[in-house]
Amino acid sequence: MKGKVYKILAAVKDPEIPVLTLEDLGVIRDVNVLNDDEVEVKITPTYTGCPATDVMEEEIRLALFVAGFSKIRITQVISPAWTTDWLSQKGREKLIEYGIAPPVEGQAKTALLEDISVPCPRCGSEDTKMISAFGSTACKALFQCQSCREPFDYFKCHA
Amino acid sequence: MLFDYVLHLADNQVIMAQRLSELCGHGPALEQDIAITNISLDLIGQARLLFQYAGKLDGRDEDQLAFLRDVHEFRNVLLVEQPNHDFAHVIVRQYLFDEFNFLNYQALCQSKDEDLAAIATKALMEVKYHRRFSRNWMLRLGDGTAISRQKMQDALNDLWSYPGEFFEMTGGEEILAKAGIAADVASMKPTWLANVTQTVKEASLVIPEGDWHQTGGKKGIHSEHLGHILAEMQFLQRAYPGQTW
Repeated sequence: MKGKVYKILAAVKDPEIPVLTLEDLGVIRDVNVLNDDEVEVKITPTYTGCPATDVMEEEIRLALFVAGFSKIRITQVISPAWTTDWLSQKGREKLIEYGIAPPVEGQAKTALLEDISVPCPRCGSEDTKMISAFGSTACKALFQCQSCREPFDYFKCHA
Repeated sequence: MLFDYVLHLADNQVIMAQRLSELCGHGPALEQDIAITNISLDLIGQARLLFQYAGKLDGRDEDQLAFLRDVHEFRNVLLVEQPNHDFAHVIVRQYLFDEFNFLNYQALCQSKDEDLAAIATKALMEVKYHRRFSRNWMLRLGDGTAISRQKMQDALNDLWSYPGEFFEMTGGEEILAKAGIAADVASMKPTWLANVTQTVKEASLVIPEGDWHQTGGKKGIHSEHLGHILAEMQFLQRAYPGQTW
């Protein structure tokens, strides 16, 4: 039962980046099926001000309601703090396909945005430049590829 | 006591966020407009978490705390209520705030209060980006043209009497700090000053003279600005009490 509910939640999409599921993002923290129509879910917000978190809650509530639960309790848990480390490998690949550069891994994570090498999600070139540390949403920075000249969003390391 | 302390933390973020939100659509260039509103949004998120925690301690919810308190009940420092005036003032105010916010959250990550430690851990990740942004603009504008340097120095002169308040502890704060719950802000002053001095020097600016600082915000004694800020921020809820989205 818990597995079935988890699968439902895992399929809910990120409202802002619809190629990613909540499972890809790593934001589902716990699921507790209390009985046939009562369930408890714990999720974790990404950025503190992220407006998508509240939308995700509503989507989860709807998905669980459709699945037959009438008593639904969703809590946001902030500790341990979410980090971009929790993004799944599949999620990273989907981001590239969508045109967003996934967060860099390893030591580069704590380096300054100006100093890291972010490959262009369109042409793969490493010759890219940060335009602004603040992009279209709290989680993204704005880069431009110096090779194909296209701008692209970079999913900032949150760690 | 804890309630007042958490409110102080929340009020710092929400009033700073409100000031920054006034620039939405009015930034000097698109990237800076977006950066400033992003920073504002991060601070609103942090304020929400802090108001939610304060609400647990008190029985009110985050919205009641944010929208139904009056000026004398707010506990933010005076710096964050100063007007935007021009981009130089925005950047100087932001930088002085970010250096403190960073140190404060860093200390709170070790708080014995689990909720504060958890909030601080998340907030610190975001404030790192804020500080980087404001520091970069201190350098660009300070070490820029003769005009930009003059405007930055004017802003620094105007705002220098405010950050001293960061390091003043109320009686309640001192007790909470001894208990390992609140941050010992008084002890942060030398680090803050060293960091700021270095940035100011690199930006070809001069630290203004004088030791005296404005005070009162943490006790609910505010500049005239806060009344106007709250009038705008709380207008909708005051005009239509009990309204929800």
